[in-house]
Amino acid sequence: MPIDLPTIWAGIIAFAVLAYVILDGFDLGVGILFPLFPHRRDRDIITNSIAPVWDGNETWLVLGGGGLMAVFPVVYATVLPALYMPIIAMLLGLIFRGVAFEFRHRTQRGSVWWDVGFWAGSTVAGFTQGIALGALVQGIDVADRSYVGGWWDWLTPFSLLTGLAVVVGYGLLGATWINLKTSGELQAHARRIAMFAGAGTLVLIGVVSLWTPFVRGIYFERWFGWPTAFFSAFVPALLGVCALGLWHGLITDKHLQPFLAALGLFVLSFVGLGISFYPYIVPGALTIAEAAAPDSSLQFLLVGAVILIPTILAYTGYAYWVFRGKIDPEEGYH
Amino acid sequence: MTFGMTAEILARIQFAFTVSFHFIFPAFSIGTASFLAVLNGLWLWKRDPAYLKLFEYWKTIFAVTFGMGVVSGIVMSYQFGTNWSVFSDRAGAVIGPLMGYEVLTAFFLEAGFLGIALFGRRRVGDTLHMVAVAMVAIGTLVSATWITSANSWMHTPAGYGIDANGIFYPEDWWAIIFNPSFPYRLTHTVLAAFLTTAFAVGAVGAWHLLKDSTNRQARIMFSMAMWMAAIVTPMQILVGDMHGLNTLEHQPAKIAAMEGHYESHEDGAPLILFGIPDDEAEETKYAIEIPKLGSLILTHEWDGAIEGLKAFPKEDRPPALIPFFTFRIMVGLGLLMLGMGMWSLWARYHKTLYTNRWLLRAALPMGGSGFVAVLAGWYTTEVGRQPYTVYGLLRTADSLSPVAAPAVGASLLAFVIVYFLVFGAGVFYLFRLFRRPPLEIEDMELEKGPTRAAGLVPGPAQEETLGGPNAH
Ligand code: HDD
Ligand code: HEM
Ligand code: HEM
Repeated sequence: MPIDLPTIWAGIIAFAVLAYVILDGFDLGVGILFPLFPHRRDRDIITNSIAPVWDGNETWLVLGGGGLMAVFPVVYATVLPALYMPIIAMLLGLIFRGVAFEFRHRTQRGSVWWDVGFWAGSTVAGFTQGIALGALVQGIDVADRSYVGGWWDWLTPFSLLTGLAVVVGYGLLGATWINLKTSGELQAHARRIAMFAGAGTLVLIGVVSLWTPFVRGIYFERWFGWPTAFFSAFVPALLGVCALGLWHGLITDKHLQPFLAALGLFVLSFVGLGISFYPYIVPGALTIAEAAAPDSSLQFLLVGAVILIPTILAYTGYAYWVFRGKIDPEEGYH
Repeated sequence: MTFGMTAEILARIQFAFTVSFHFIFPAFSIGTASFLAVLNGLWLWKRDPAYLKLFEYWKTIFAVTFGMGVVSGIVMSYQFGTNWSVFSDRAGAVIGPLMGYEVLTAFFLEAGFLGIALFGRRRVGDTLHMVAVAMVAIGTLVSATWITSANSWMHTPAGYGIDANGIFYPEDWWAIIFNPSFPYRLTHTVLAAFLTTAFAVGAVGAWHLLKDSTNRQARIMFSMAMWMAAIVTPMQILVGDMHGLNTLEHQPAKIAAMEGHYESHEDGAPLILFGIPDDEAEETKYAIEIPKLGSLILTHEWDGAIEGLKAFPKEDRPPALIPFFTFRIMVGLGLLMLGMGMWSLWARYHKTLYTNRWLLRAALPMGGSGFVAVLAGWYTTEVGRQPYTVYGLLRTADSLSPVAAPAVGASLLAFVIVYFLVFGAGVFYLFRLFRRPPLEIEDMELEKGPTRAAGLVPGPAQEETLGGPNAH
């Protein structure tokens, strides 16, 4: 694996996408689970638990997407047209869930509608992100630096399955987050939900993993060919560890452990994807090296990224720390 | 779902629609963020609870506006890929990093400190809370800097090379960032955001003064707003004039469209006050003109030469109708703002600033003037850049994604419905928030305890009353 500018940038973009998936994952998850918390008071508490951080979480999506335009312009210019409909639907979903934080406090009669918007927006966003992932894994048709496939290419049983998997996975993240941030009856309820979501997530990860090698021949080689099979054996083993950690944490009523274990599941699945993709950035169509922008662009932005990303992580960590601990139901955020 | 239009036109409408909505919110949130920082600073400095009440009052309004700015902005950053993928592929290596820096230096800063600025006063204490409020304000300004740099580069490209595939590559980052129109556009846009906020704040203050001219908070709002109007509007007009000179140098066809000139004038062009430019007939109909004044304004000389649209090949000309009118709307509103500012100085001198009902009434409709002027200004700039996305180098028609018209049409329709629904509701809630009298915050809560304690509130009880009956 050469350590050159394009590879470094592929790593940074992958990091941004992963950060997005786990961070926005838990707050989208809270939205996905909204119907399971029918009481107004519970809903206020769980939205308050994410209100101070959701905007920062979503900014990783802007870095992942916007960064792509800067360092892999041709990927940005082919993947987005290929995923035209899911992307537009995702954006519309994010609009609904983003404004709901404020709007649901601004009205009494209309509040329930914004709650519906919060749920639907979060679910649509998660589902379309999963679809986008599935469609990317299947590969998209690129010729002469532009997308040449059809408008519905993204819609397949496989992409619908990955869409479902992401929704359930986000639900797990959301449930373990609520389990972490609340207490009493509310927390117990979240814990029960997390058990179901955890089981669902594991089953879906399993099905997707078994299906993936048959979607494209190259994945099959990657996972079962030598020497990569050596690494790929680790990933399922570690997944097992996380699954155990999740289960153990939930039945012994730990607060932080289930959340960390759920994050672990996401990180490992993501690493697994990375193994399948490399050295391609758009599977089967564009490699990291051929898609990269000129070195001067990569260098220019890298200077900033090297200094700023750690800084961002530091103050983001600080913001999380400020709002640490269980949510005090009496503390009116609004 | 093509509405009888081509994919290109639909994509342009979609971009214009979404970016117009997007820009309305930043125009307000850039100004409000700075306003909040000033209010919070004044409260910490003077310990006058009136400033704290104002901070809390505008904080909620800011949160609602900011939320809408964020979600509409995310749409923008993906739209370059969905609808303008060829543009992204060709120009991405140059303007992508500018937007990348915007994310890294501005968006994360705003988002990271927003939570603390809005909800964290009690948890982090006054000093760190002030830092957070300032970071949010700085973040909005940094964001404006990078995005106007990227946009300015599209108007006055510099520091680039073009390879065999027609792809732009960077040669000199300094020249790219500080491209010729950037300093003018940035100053003009940031001042515009401040003016937009000032007039909106002024209208809210005036509304409450009309009901009760002794309301202390309303007086402070109105007074601060009118100082901004009196000081910043003349600056804005000056910067606008310089911006126009810069455009004349780099995009003369745009100036010709804004001025409604089809013919070139060697020895002094008239100023067309009003008329209807007709691109087919190549003349401005029903023109009311003042001889030579056009040259005086644009070249600062009575006999300065001005090129008309006919000096450019037909396929390289921008359409004249929109820039011509939007430019007049913007300048007209600028002059009205100036009048408002001067009037307020006069009233202030006569000690009638808070009681002159005509002045207060006039301030109400001016509350929206900034939003209209800002949009009018952008329409002038952007339509005047046509038919190019990167001026003189990449045509709009060649920037489009390989998308089918029905897909663009359907997504346009979805955006229109969702934006009107969601942002319409948001604007409605904003008006509701404006209507709360800024006194309703329970004075007793603040007066009961020592002022020190008030610095660490707002506690829950106070928050409750603060939001008024509609808050929860
Ligand atoms: C002069 C100011 C200005 C202009 C011309 C634009 N924006 Fe904007 N944008 C802002 C000023 C701003 C801001 C003040 O920084 C916002 C408003 C509210 C906010 O959260 O930040 C913002 C938010 C915002 C966000 C959300 C950031 C977040 O997650 O916190 C994105 C992705 C964009 N913008 C992207 C764009 C794009 C792609 C534009 C060009 C087409 C654009 N903006 C024009
Ligand atoms: C926020 C304020 C802005 C407004 C109100 C605005 C307005 C517009 C309008 C009205 C159009 C359509 C022009 C036409 O079709 O005749 C347009 C097009 C466009 N603008 Fe802007 N714009 C803004 C900011 C930006 C920025 C910051 C960028 C780039 C960084 C940008 C890039 C573009 C592009 C790529 C197009 C599409 C191509 C075209 O139709 O010209 N705009 N904009
Ligand atoms: C009254 C005197 C004014 C003059 C002479 C003036 C001049 C100009 C000019 C020449 C442009 C076009 C720049 C280009 O060629 O690209 C412009 C754009 C613009 N104007 Fe004004 N302007 C005035 C007032 C205002 C006011 C009061 C506002 C808002 C409160 C405003 C907001 C804008 C914005 C947002 C743009 C687009 C961004 C840009 O290109 O800077 N202007 N103005």
